[in-house]
Amino acid sequence: MTTALPINVELPTLPGAPARQLGRWGRLPLKAKAGVILLGFFVLAAIIGPLVAPYAPGYQNPNPALSMNAPSAAHLLGTTQSGQDVLSQVLSGIRLTLELALLVGVIATALSVIVGVAAAFLGGIWDDLLSLLINVFLVIPALPLLIVLLGYLPHTGQTATILVLAGLGWPWGARVIRAQTLSIRNRDFIAASRESGERGWRIIAFEIVPNEVSLIAANFVNTVLYAIGASVALAFIGVTNLSSWSLGTILYWAESQQALQLGAWWWFVPPGLAVALIGTSLVLLNTGIDELGNPRLKDANQRARVNGRRLLPTDPTPVLNAALPTRQRTPVVAFMHSFSRSAYVSDRAQRRLSAPKPSEGQQ
Amino acid sequence: MSFILRRLGFYVVAAWVALTVNFFLPRLVPGNAVEAIMAKFPGTLQPAAYHAIEAMLGIGHPGSLWHQYGSYLNDVLHLNFGISSSNFPAHVSTLLAQTIPWTLALVGTATVIAFFLGTLLGILAGWRHGGWLERLLPALMFLQAIPYFFLALLLLYLLAVNTHVFPAGQGYGGGLVPGWDWSFISSAMFHSLLPAFTIVITSVAGWMLQMRNVMITTIGEDYVLAAQAKGLPNRRVIFSYAARNALLPQLQGFGLALGFVVSGAIVMEIVFSYPGIGLLLLNSVTSDDYPLTQAIFLVITFAVLLANLIVDLVIVAVDPRARTREAA
Amino acid sequence: MTTDLGGPVPLPAGQAGQGRLAGEPVLSIRDLSVVYRTVTGDVRAVDKVSLDLTAGEIVGLVGESGSGKSTLAYGATRLLRAPAVITGGSVHYQGRRMDTPIDVLQLTSHQLAGLRWQEIAIVFQSAMNALNPVMNVHSQLTDVIRAHLRLPRGEATEKAAGLLDMVGIPRARLRSYPHELSGGMRQRIMIAMALATDPEVVIMDEPTTALDVVVQREILGQILELKERLGFAVLFITHDLSLLLELADRIAVMYAGQLMEIGTATEIHHEPAHPYTKRLLRSFPALHGPRKELAGIPGTPPDLHSPPPGCPFLPRCTEGTDACSHIDVRLARVTSSADPEHMTACPFVLPDRPEAATSGSGSPVSVRPSTEELTS
Repeated sequence: MTTALPINVELPTLPGAPARQLGRWGRLPLKAKAGVILLGFFVLAAIIGPLVAPYAPGYQNPNPALSMNAPSAAHLLGTTQSGQDVLSQVLSGIRLTLELALLVGVIATALSVIVGVAAAFLGGIWDDLLSLLINVFLVIPALPLLIVLLGYLPHTGQTATILVLAGLGWPWGARVIRAQTLSIRNRDFIAASRESGERGWRIIAFEIVPNEVSLIAANFVNTVLYAIGASVALAFIGVTNLSSWSLGTILYWAESQQALQLGAWWWFVPPGLAVALIGTSLVLLNTGIDELGNPRLKDANQRARVNGRRLLPTDPTPVLNAALPTRQRTPVVAFMHSFSRSAYVSDRAQRRLSAPKPSEGQQ
Repeated sequence: MSFILRRLGFYVVAAWVALTVNFFLPRLVPGNAVEAIMAKFPGTLQPAAYHAIEAMLGIGHPGSLWHQYGSYLNDVLHLNFGISSSNFPAHVSTLLAQTIPWTLALVGTATVIAFFLGTLLGILAGWRHGGWLERLLPALMFLQAIPYFFLALLLLYLLAVNTHVFPAGQGYGGGLVPGWDWSFISSAMFHSLLPAFTIVITSVAGWMLQMRNVMITTIGEDYVLAAQAKGLPNRRVIFSYAARNALLPQLQGFGLALGFVVSGAIVMEIVFSYPGIGLLLLNSVTSDDYPLTQAIFLVITFAVLLANLIVDLVIVAVDPRARTREAA
Repeated sequence: MTTDLGGPVPLPAGQAGQGRLAGEPVLSIRDLSVVYRTVTGDVRAVDKVSLDLTAGEIVGLVGESGSGKSTLAYGATRLLRAPAVITGGSVHYQGRRMDTPIDVLQLTSHQLAGLRWQEIAIVFQSAMNALNPVMNVHSQLTDVIRAHLRLPRGEATEKAAGLLDMVGIPRARLRSYPHELSGGMRQRIMIAMALATDPEVVIMDEPTTALDVVVQREILGQILELKERLGFAVLFITHDLSLLLELADRIAVMYAGQLMEIGTATEIHHEPAHPYTKRLLRSFPALHGPRKELAGIPGTPPDLHSPPPGCPFLPRCTEGTDACSHIDVRLARVTSSADPEHMTACPFVLPDRPEAATSGSGSPVSVRPSTEELTS
């Protein structure tokens, strides 16, 4: 076991070494930062988009010459079959989709926390029943069930969609939170709280939940991802209300009006790209949260380079004063490698080291 | 063995829940279910269609709710899903039988290929941490976040509509008749390349990212260090010690994600006009064909449950601890 | 056992010479320094530590958590992962048949693979974590046998069964998985695995810490018996000094990455030559003798990012003075000791303290000749 010493990144710097006082923003992994920025852009678009949209999304320009137009000055993202401005539709769609996804995220996360913690805390028959419920709804595929559920509702407006999506989106988070709560519940500080007479719900609120914040955050992000994917897919099939302009609805109309076959890429690429980019920003955010919580993932990023050379975990511990052993490369590859940046860096690193002692038996 | 039996029991319970939801849903809608459904069809409908819907809802049978439930379950067990109202008078089961093989061939093969490929790449990415595979990560995340059907649209546009490299949809070339002759099969395979490609690209990213993360965590375990200390060749350390252990959470993740993968793939079929369940689903939703929609839901659910059972079997085969562990 | 390693690249085998002479060490660590490179600077985990291991002896390495004892052992076999870097020193290994020692730090990874396990084996602390959960005992024993000794499958199985016999485990357990075994059994299998290729040196990293005392005694007895029979040397790492007093021939005391004292077990027990060793000895109860008050060692080890100058133990030492923060910490011979190899890093406890230790002058004082000049 490599006994890693407690490397505490919060320590003051060495005298003379360049100060690396990173604030809380600076210490976030790059992926999380990129995710936040990208997501922020779309949130901004959601907030101000419909206000700055040049046209109403449903407005159909009666001029036949403006039907299915490629992007132009008047219509930055082109027009649809019936003369509607794609840009306005997309802006409206971003707001609607984000609204829906965030609401679903909040409701479903709240539900999953409640159910997960309750199942772990109550234990016994309640835990068994709730776990069974969770697992059953996890294993039944969500999209077909959503289609069936929404199909029977008399009207499928935004509210209904949100409720149904949230109703099927909580099991995943509940399972994870239940597992985590179970493991925390058995820890000593909870027993100590119990001994000192704290009441159940207080223990939950003040001892357990604060320890699971990053888990709940990751769960929230995942739920939002699921909500976006599911709502877009549902709209694309035509299950949800077609009179509101969500990103999936735009894609539905694009598909049904044969935008693809007619080459009207400006109709289906922007909404789809918006969905993909929002999703990417969420995945980035999630990976960043993962790395914050799992030190091995983070350390692996930092550990990978020593003296400019990337080390594999199966490489032996490098010795500083020895000449860095070169990897066995065929001549062609070695020639090509000599142009690469890493070869340059390791040469510099070698020259920067004190002159190596004549090494015996090297290679 | 008891583990497998317990899992089987669980899947039976899940299937039963799906069936029951299917049964009670139309009855939960306020008002007469049949009337409400019929109201969605403008104009008159033949009395036979009316009866078909009644039969599907089990209302036509006399008797109590329980009796209806019983006969409903009996129908399902005999694969009698009623008569499709949009494709009247075709039986739902006939329609399903025509389309399921296409979907199974496409989605099944593509998903398995994607899983193996993604897992293998993930093993490499986890071991050679910090290599060029790392730089692909943002691109992979982007691919993972793209809806399947949107990627299908893009690929179709780029490769089929504009450049005619691939066929622009359908399951096989026009004019061909389905049969077991080579010209048909080769055409079918050619037409399934682009859809399969779409599925593989999108899901490989997900599997690879997941496996990479699990590998990185596993490589930090003591037994991998012990394997290194034993002087074993690197290949053995990475595969027999690290990857074999990392495979277990990966397989569990596969089981959980199957529902989403299958759903996404089915929706993607719509874009390609592929003669699978996806197209059937679109038609049934647009025309409010309840018997068909519900039957599709059941079929997809059962397929996913069965696939999960298979994954459980694989996990038991790979993990000696699973045989003694309780069901999650 | 020949030095023809079944591994990828053989180490230099003995020529017509006599191999290792009596008295020459099997493993010779000289001035080894290991540093962890982090974003906030270097952590000096091991600082110029020297240690010798002769054939058949048990050397105990004792210290608190974070003292660098495991880092020393794993660093010597180059098993530490990034961001660890070996920044100085040498590690020479000389097997029974080898004429000249080889420097482990200069080996390529193929040569290292040949050295590992066949010459130097490791018994890890937690057998539950160190055994592969998805492979049965038979596979884990035979893969190392076949990798190094290149035996065919049947012979490898037979040898594995023989190993289980050696540690007193029924042969039927070959087909078991680690989670089906008790803690003591798992540790014995770890030991059997370590001895599979008849190594010269076995590093034991706290092998009994995770076990209860009854099983602990059995395991230790087993280790001693096997050592007598097979003749390997042991580097026994632990935080439990009381254990080493019974078990080890020589004991090395580490603190904050540096060697504080090294000597025979008897001398360490009765004539400790370092304040830290004295406090360690006082911190566990003796089975016999009058009752005495247990005293811990208040305080915590220093931060190794920026270690304070001079003796690292100074903040917690009751006998230290200001001068201790100016000394150059090196090992020196304890002349009053019965053991000629008894060394200590504390100038205080030595009767012939130089005046420099009380002068209080700011200049760093090299108290005595370096370790290289003193050993052999």
